[in-house]
Parts: sequence; C-alpha cells; structure tokens
Amino acid sequence: MMTLSMEDIPHLEMETVYSRPESLSSRPTHYCPGCTHGIAHRILAEAFDELGIRERVILVAPVGCSVFAYDYFEADGCEAAHGRAPAMATGIKRTRPDNIVVSYQGDGDLASIGAAEILHAAARGEHITSIFINNAVYGMTGGQMAPTTLLGQRTTSSPTGRDANMTGFPLRMSELLSQLDATAYIARVSLHDVKHIRQAKKAVITALKAQMQGLGFSMVEMLSSCPTNWGMTPKDALKWVETNMIPQYPLGDYKMIDEVRALALERKQG
Amino acid sequence: MARELLKGNVAIAEAALRAGLEAYFGYPITPQTELLEHLSARMPELGRVFLQAESEVAAINMVYGAASTGTLTMTSTSSPGFSLMQEGLSYIAGSELPCVIVNMMRGGPGLGNILPAQGDYFQVTRSAGHGDFHPIVLAPASVQEAIDFTVLAFDLTEKYRHMVIIAADGQIGQMMEPAELPPMRPARTERPAWALTGAQGRAKNIVTSIYLKAEAEEAFNLKIQARLQEIKRTEQRWYEYATDDADLLVLGFGTAGRIALSAVQTAREQGLKVGLLRPQTLYPFPDDRIAELAERVQACLVVEMNAGQMLDDVRLAVNGRVPVKFYGRIGGVIPMPEEILNVITTEIDALAVRS
Ligand SMILES: Cc1ncc(C[n+]2csc(CCOP(=O)(O)OP(=O)(O)O)c2C)c(N)n1
Ligand code: SF4
Repeated sequence: MMTLSMEDIPHLEMETVYSRPESLSSRPTHYCPGCTHGIAHRILAEAFDELGIRERVILVAPVGCSVFAYDYFEADGCEAAHGRAPAMATGIKRTRPDNIVVSYQGDGDLASIGAAEILHAAARGEHITSIFINNAVYGMTGGQMAPTTLLGQRTTSSPTGRDANMTGFPLRMSELLSQLDATAYIARVSLHDVKHIRQAKKAVITALKAQMQGLGFSMVEMLSSCPTNWGMTPKDALKWVETNMIPQYPLGDYKMIDEVRALALERKQG
Repeated sequence: MARELLKGNVAIAEAALRAGLEAYFGYPITPQTELLEHLSARMPELGRVFLQAESEVAAINMVYGAASTGTLTMTSTSSPGFSLMQEGLSYIAGSELPCVIVNMMRGGPGLGNILPAQGDYFQVTRSAGHGDFHPIVLAPASVQEAIDFTVLAFDLTEKYRHMVIIAADGQIGQMMEPAELPPMRPARTERPAWALTGAQGRAKNIVTSIYLKAEAEEAFNLKIQARLQEIKRTEQRWYEYATDDADLLVLGFGTAGRIALSAVQTAREQGLKVGLLRPQTLYPFPDDRIAELAERVQACLVVEMNAGQMLDDVRLAVNGRVPVKFYGRIGGVIPMPEEILNVITTEIDALAVRS
C-alpha cells in the first residue's frame, strides 16, 4: 500500500475559505455538541473583525451556559451577576463611552431575573448592544422552564408541559422592547440554518454599527437550540427551532430607526 | 478653606466629588436622598457621570461596571436599599474592585421608618453579601467626620482594591453643622492596569469572580483574607476620651457614641471615673485598643441605637476580662444624654459595691 504525505501532493494555489476570526480566542468552548451558543460567538467575533473594533470591545458575560463567554473572545470582558448584565454594561459604557460594549445574555437571565435591567437599559437608550440567546429553557441549571418556554413545552420544572393557566404565556422580548422610544435597532434572527445564520450576522453588524454611531440601544435576539436539555439530537433541535419556535417568535426587524436603516442600506450597496 | 453650615448628606456628596468621584449611580431613599440630588446637579456640571438607576439592584451593578473600568465610583442608599445591593456587593468583592457605598441607616426591619438607627451593624460588617469577606466600614459621628471619612474612603478603596462602606445613622445625613470641605483634587485620567478599557496593544483584561475549582477558589479567598489581615493591622481607627484612669469604659459608634460622649463628660464633671471609646472603623474593629483598655478598666458599657450588635465585637475584644453591659434604644429612638448618664451612674455604683 502506498502512503501519501503532503509533499507528494502537487503544489496548488490554496485559498483560505475558513479560519478563526482574530476576535475569537483559540480556547475550546465548553458548550455541548450542537449548541448554538458557539455559532452566536463566531458571528459576533466575525462582526468585530469586519468592523475593526476588537480592541474597543468590552464584553459582558451573563450567568448561564455562556458564563465563560469572555474566555472565547480576544477582547476585554467581565462576568455580571445573574440578569444584571445590562446594568453592568451601563456602568461600563457611561464611564467608557468610546468603547463598544456588548452584553450577552440567555433568556432566563434577560427575560426573567433581569427583566427590569434590560427594560430600563433599553428605555434609557443605553448605547450598548445586547445579544439575547433565546433557547426557551434555563440551560445551565438543567433545562427548567424559562419565561420564553413555549406553551405545552415539557421542561424539568414543567414536566407535563407549560400551562398558561399556571405560568402565563411566553414573553416576546423583541416585540416588547421595540415599543420603547429609545431603542434604535431590535431584531429577531434564528441560528437554525446557514441562510438564517448569515442574516443573523447582518443583524449583529447593524446593531454594532448603531452603537458605533451613538444611535441608541440595539438588541439582536437569536433563536437558539439546547439539544441537551430538549433531549434531542443537534439536528432535530435545529428543526425544532424552525418548526416550533419561529411561529411563536416571528423573525424580522422589530425596530429600525431611520438612521439605522441608512446604515443597513450602506452595507447592502457597499 | 472656610467652615460653612452643611447638611450631612450634601457634605458627603460634595466631599466625594472633591475626593475624585467620577461616576455615581443611585436610587432615591430617605434619609439619604439629598446626597443623590446634590450629585445630580454637580456631576454633570463637572462633566462626570451621574445616573439615577431603576433600583438599588441596578445601581450597585452599574457601580460594578464602572468600577471594572477603573473609575472611582460610588452609590448611596439606606437600609432597605442596602439589602438589595448585597448580591452585587459580593460580586464586587469577588472581583476585587474598589468602590464606595454610603448606607444612611434607618429604623427597621421591613420598611421600618425613616428615623436614624444603627440596626445594620451586623449587615455592613459581617454580611454585606454572600461568601467570606468584610468591607472596610467607616462610621462618622459628625458632619465634619462624614466629610473626612468620605475622602478617606476613596483613598482606602483604591489602596486596597477593596470596597469601603460609610455606615452612618440617618441623623448624620440629616443634621446641619459647620464643617470644612476638602480642596478639589485634580481629575484623574490614569486607569489601573487591570481595568477594562479595551484590549488595545495589550493582552485582554478580565473582571470575574468565578473560580470553578475548589483549590483555586480557596487560593483566591486566602488572598482576600490576607488583605483583610493587613487592613486589620493598619487601619483600626477610633476616638478616645478620658480613658487614662477610667473605671468604666463606655463604647458607642456614630450618633450613639457622640451622645454617650456628652454623658461621659457630664459624669466626669460629677467626679465619676468614666472614659469613652468611639470606634471610627467598624471593620476593622479597634480590638487591639479595646483589649488594652480592658486590662485597666473594671467594666465596659456599650451604647447603641440597636438591640446590641457592636456589643458582640466589644465582647470578643474584651474576651472575658471584665463585664460588658449594654444600653440600647431601637426603632429610630435616639437616646438622650441623661438616660445614658443614669446608666453610667448605676454601673459606677455597682462597681463601688463590688470593690
Ligand atoms: C441569583 C441567582 N439565581 C439563580 C442562579 C442559578 N442560575 C444559574 S444560570 C441560570 C439560568 C440560566 O438560563 P439562561 O439565562 O436561559 O441561559 P442558558 O444557560 O440557557 O444559556 C440560573 C437560574 C444564579 N446563578 N444566581
Ligand atoms: S445546556 Fe443547552 S444551552 Fe447549555 S451548552 Fe448545553 S446545549 Fe448549550
């Protein structure tokens, strides 16, 4: 049997089609296989690279599965108390207005325990960008019901399925925050396939640009999967996002002030 | 600089800003609201950060963020608000960040009332948040001391990278007295090497309080404990009056200590051998000096505006050498000098009977 080494292969002109963004650290993540937190990280890192802002970024990580998010970026970062990332980000941005402040939160963190902090940061129009990972459960603590859990969805704390009579209805944070005057850009995207991941990245870039221009509060809600706690294969979990979550959480730009629209168009033409 | 008539809350606010306060976050609550109101006008005037937060929970987490960027930052509140800040304070301790917190204590528990009280002694010295740490706690007894301790608070918090709490009963915040403000320090532009400023031309900085491995968490805790030991060695502060030949040592902090001083002065005029020690730092508690005095006096009397909290620290310092008595008023009641004088007289008589 013949063995081939790299040297035996005729020299080819090779083009790099995929590499690690400079803003992403080389550290392997602790996320479960098939978890979309990793995709969200990559999108964010690519956006930092493309906008050339890595050295200005201060990332605020939440309490949740992404508690170590700061380890995965080549940027300054910190770790907020559960739900308080928008308040911590406020303290950072107000004292460092020239930095780009990004808070990253799960749905338990942002929509439950931290509902007041996100609402008021948005209402004040803090010049921060919030990345909101909506996976319809509390991932880190083992898949309990979140405010975003779908009706009928079984979780470890709603074993017979979420019942509206007991626990009300899923919270639609993008719709809610888009009502506030000081929000500049609010979008909901999904991470379930390549096309949607590309759209998600566009939204992240728009949100960051809105912050760079000082236009107000921006948030990108990302529908994400938690195969581990949903008890599904990664593939089935992505399918579940598409078929079950999107109908409850329709995708789109919920708020885009004219100045942000102009920024988004600039990108299309450019 | 000239002495002027100042209200305690306003004096602290103005002193903080002159000591270098760069960012303030707070939420209204009586009896500290004038502090927030004063800064709402003065900070923007100086191009500094003032923000009224949506809650004390948010305020302390804004302080956490601002402290992460190496900014001199502060919040102020009163008892119920302090309770809400405890989680944030623990994160700040776990991230080794400097900041100043004012707690103008009021009557409790619950909503209680807005009258001066000292019921948060345990909370500020022992349980400012979960986990093993103590803040540095300064306890002023006059408007002038409130000013001086505010400046000291900023110096200590920077020096040790450790939070400082100014714990005063509402009386200190509400009363007006002639006092002198400090000169304005030049604005600070330098940021410490650990601060979050953006990873430009340097490795990234991380501010966090997580240590997943037990050994790493223990090592971090030992570092905090070593710092607290150093603070205990070097920062004990107190005020002393007529202790040289005292048979009875009266102890009290803040307003209770100040009223006790009047009582002790009157007792001295009557020829009673009484002295006073008023702790100015509640953490570190002036144990060393109290232990020394306990070798000489025959008894101690602790006076507080609570049910007996500093009392525990006095007992620990005295360590059984002499009896430790207590007199307290609770719920916003301020003891009168005559009440304390009565107790002093009774205790002195008891000593005479015993000897
Ligand atoms: C004050 C407080 N309460 C509860 C917890 C426990 N806790 C840690 S993570 C978490 C939920 C996280 O869920 P989510 O925000 O949806 O993020 P995910 O893990 O799904 O990414 C909870 C309840 C905590 N750390 N602090
Ligand atoms: S528990 Fe869920 S959200 Fe957390 S890392 Fe695993 S898959 Fe991702």
